[in-house]
Amino acid sequence: MLQAPEITPELVEQDKVYQEMGLTDKEYDMIKNIMGRRPNFTEIGIFSVMWSEHCSYKTSKPLLKKFPTEGPQVVQGPGEGAGVVDIGDGQGVVFKVESHNHPSAVEPYQGAATGVGGIIRDVFSMGARPIASLNSLRFGNLNTGRVKYLFDEVVHGIAGYGNCVGVPTVGGEVQFDDCYEGNPLVNAMSVGLIDTKDIQKGIAAGLGNTIMYVGSKTGRDGIHGATFASEDLSEDSESKRSNVQVGDPFMEKLLIEACLEVIHSDALVGIQDMGAAGLTSSASEMASKAGMGMEMNLDLIPQREENMTAYEMMLSESQERMLLCVKKGEEQEIVDIFKKYGLEAVAVGQVTEDKMFRLLHKEEVVADIPVDNLAEDAPIFYKESKVPSFYQEYQAMPAYQPELPDHADVLKQLLQQPTIASKEYVYDQYDSMVQANTVLSPGSDAAVVRVRGFNKAIAMTTDCNSRYIHLDPEAGGKIAVAEAARNIVASGAKPLALTDGLNFGNPDKPENFWQMEKSVDGMSAASLKLNTPVISGNVSLYNESNGQAIFPTPVVGMVGLHESLDHITASHFQHEGDLIYVIGETEAEFGGSELQNLLEGKYFGKAPAIDLDTEVKRQEQLLDAIRTGLISSAHDIAEGGLGIALAESLFNGKGFGADIQVEGDLTTVLFSETQSRFLVSIPEKDREAFEAKVENVTLLGTVTNTNNLVVRSGETDAITENVTSLQQLWKGAIPCLLKSKD
Amino acid sequence: MKFAVIVFPGSNCDRDMYYAAKDALGEEADMLWYQEANLEGYDAILLPGGFSYGDYLRSGAIASTSEIVVQLREQADKGVPILGVCNGFQILLESGLLPGAMLRNKNLKFMCHFESLNVVNNDTLFTSKYEKGEVISIPIAHHDGNYYCDDETLATLKENNQIVFTYQNNPNGSVSDVAGIINEQGNVLGMMPHPERAVEAILNSDDGLKLFQSMLENWRERYVAGA
Repeated sequence: MLQAPEITPELVEQDKVYQEMGLTDKEYDMIKNIMGRRPNFTEIGIFSVMWSEHCSYKTSKPLLKKFPTEGPQVVQGPGEGAGVVDIGDGQGVVFKVESHNHPSAVEPYQGAATGVGGIIRDVFSMGARPIASLNSLRFGNLNTGRVKYLFDEVVHGIAGYGNCVGVPTVGGEVQFDDCYEGNPLVNAMSVGLIDTKDIQKGIAAGLGNTIMYVGSKTGRDGIHGATFASEDLSEDSESKRSNVQVGDPFMEKLLIEACLEVIHSDALVGIQDMGAAGLTSSASEMASKAGMGMEMNLDLIPQREENMTAYEMMLSESQERMLLCVKKGEEQEIVDIFKKYGLEAVAVGQVTEDKMFRLLHKEEVVADIPVDNLAEDAPIFYKESKVPSFYQEYQAMPAYQPELPDHADVLKQLLQQPTIASKEYVYDQYDSMVQANTVLSPGSDAAVVRVRGFNKAIAMTTDCNSRYIHLDPEAGGKIAVAEAARNIVASGAKPLALTDGLNFGNPDKPENFWQMEKSVDGMSAASLKLNTPVISGNVSLYNESNGQAIFPTPVVGMVGLHESLDHITASHFQHEGDLIYVIGETEAEFGGSELQNLLEGKYFGKAPAIDLDTEVKRQEQLLDAIRTGLISSAHDIAEGGLGIALAESLFNGKGFGADIQVEGDLTTVLFSETQSRFLVSIPEKDREAFEAKVENVTLLGTVTNTNNLVVRSGETDAITENVTSLQQLWKGAIPCLLKSKD
Repeated sequence: MKFAVIVFPGSNCDRDMYYAAKDALGEEADMLWYQEANLEGYDAILLPGGFSYGDYLRSGAIASTSEIVVQLREQADKGVPILGVCNGFQILLESGLLPGAMLRNKNLKFMCHFESLNVVNNDTLFTSKYEKGEVISIPIAHHDGNYYCDDETLATLKENNQIVFTYQNNPNGSVSDVAGIINEQGNVLGMMPHPERAVEAILNSDDGLKLFQSMLENWRERYVAGA
């Protein structure tokens, strides 16, 4: 363990100790310039975490500026713990996504668990009650023991934490590709509900007001977690296991209830979670945002271990801790509320007016830093960008057009691809129904949670097809946003806003940075067009293992509003005799498709095209039809194409079948991944009204009670399969892969 | 009718239970913090699910040693109806108000989904509005729901008709498919499935509502009609 007293400011400079903390020579010089002297070991440690990519967004800031962040529905955009959108009746929905990729790669249970805990704290520190959790997970293919272990333990960690805190895990996505083998992605999203008058801010305002610490004691866990998250994973990442924090969901549950009581106290000025970079970031950001300074006495910080140094306390990422700013003289009111829950709120400092971040320890000043420079002045890097040669090769390729001898067999194989297969093994481990508001649970296009006491509900989803983004980051970025909105609309809700979880490789490689730029361009264009501004988010870079970057994976977490509970629409077929339609034309687009992966074991060529005007029109027309009461079920057509969407629509155990008649190239009809399409079913009597409202529709057939999926192509019977058997293949695929020997 | 919902640190189905009694059933209900609760004057007591004390030591073990359990025993002895769901059931087992114990689910994983339950005994004040043999759809959400008791206890439970609910497709390994049991006096019911999550059609089942309606009907018969 590094010991502060042994390393003098001179040694920090001379031995370039800062480099071990992730700072460059240039950054060290900037810091020295800000301080007007050589920073000591504690100070340089504080700068290193605040100026890490994870906290400062120094690489991604120029890109994040491109996102549209405004709209009449936006109550709070990026900059606070989480964003807020208006849902009427004086209520807002608070949400954000965050990554916990690197911790999960070395210690999957705790890495995933603390990811869930951290994002929930971001939401309740805004004053909102967390009402739902979602996640977006990526793993390598389930054919090595290591990947199976990571997969099982990540899911176990999300369940272990999320179930205990009493927030339902209602949705998410899991995808598998080789590029994630050494660097899995664990993105967690939390959604909260708030009366907008109760929105809290993370500020330390009011000269002389008291800074209070509450929650778990500070230990040595997670030191330099933010820096660890900002570098590539490598062989010696195992040795960074001590960087991974350990979660206590019971403590979190107590904090949720206590904090939601505290926000109604007039004594409270500001509140913030101690997330990445712990005490350092929460304290300095709260002071900087208020235009004030702060002085803290580290002797007063509740400590879990003996002889902790100032450096260790300031860089610890121990979980379940909150920092509060409380009106001077009214501390007891806050102490009493926490006491009810067995928690101790401790005064550790006060607000000053000199805009300095000053720390005392054992009667010495151990850090004295201009707080605005620390919180706001991290350098911004404009990285070099270069078109990768593989992109040009993909673009130059002739269209990929596979020929299939047996479509029924391919359908069965696709249903067993882990990315398509049922994720019941995963979500059965999550409590998806606690709080008794869950209307549509995992397995639906979007999860739907009703707002108790009102005739409305919240739809939410996480989406990102990174294969398309690998092939074409701009088109893929558009598709990620459009698909999320499509899922929200299919459930009957109007999309409101999104949170982005940007997961990329090392930005120092110009080809990687180009992918970042282009995917952000694509996402921005789609967000603008679909009127879903970006209100919060997270950036995780350096997702590489042993020099190999992941596919660019900018996860979209989107929230929408059902203006009436009557609009909530299932993705499964509902009634025998209903007519089945596809909305949107189908082109031969197989680049990045599940079919290409199945047949070739890799992705190449062009990503599916997307026209945002068409997308908007289709979504509006479908939503209009849903609101008019014409639609029995609606399902987004995504990975695996129409064939998979048809099968999935039948998997609700009601004994339904479908009689389908198609024309044209069967492979294209069934398995192309053309965008902006929906599969819907409608009552026969509404045929005319539906066709008048929604353009580009093709009648495919009817819902039957035969428990058979029958597809006729022209004059030939292409597929006749028992639905129960198909469902068993689809449901059994992941458990079967997990049980198989390496 | 007035319900008490006891809230322990870590309870997380407390609100769900409260709303089931108050909104779905339409009766009075109070959420009572375990240290401040006075159970006198309540017509029924509800022990909600969740993770009291984080399930540390054993599910329900720490909560069963809290002072409120002394009051709970008094009320049980007086014949006040007590319903413990999930962690509430675990607390009833740990405090000896019901026989048996919980093991980890047989697959060692948390599980959450709807299960079909058989109403084995409808001659209780919690189940009188169900038909005997009725099959109802109620969600489960637990890690430690594998009910265990020794052969002798099981024989007694069967003999006295104390097994109230069984699973149609035993998900967790419970002996004799037990999903819920009642004490010999017939006023303390413990069950792993969550009836309070199935009280409105929009939540995908309202089969749990009859349980609360049975309690109400029996209370009316005993205390209102009889008074």
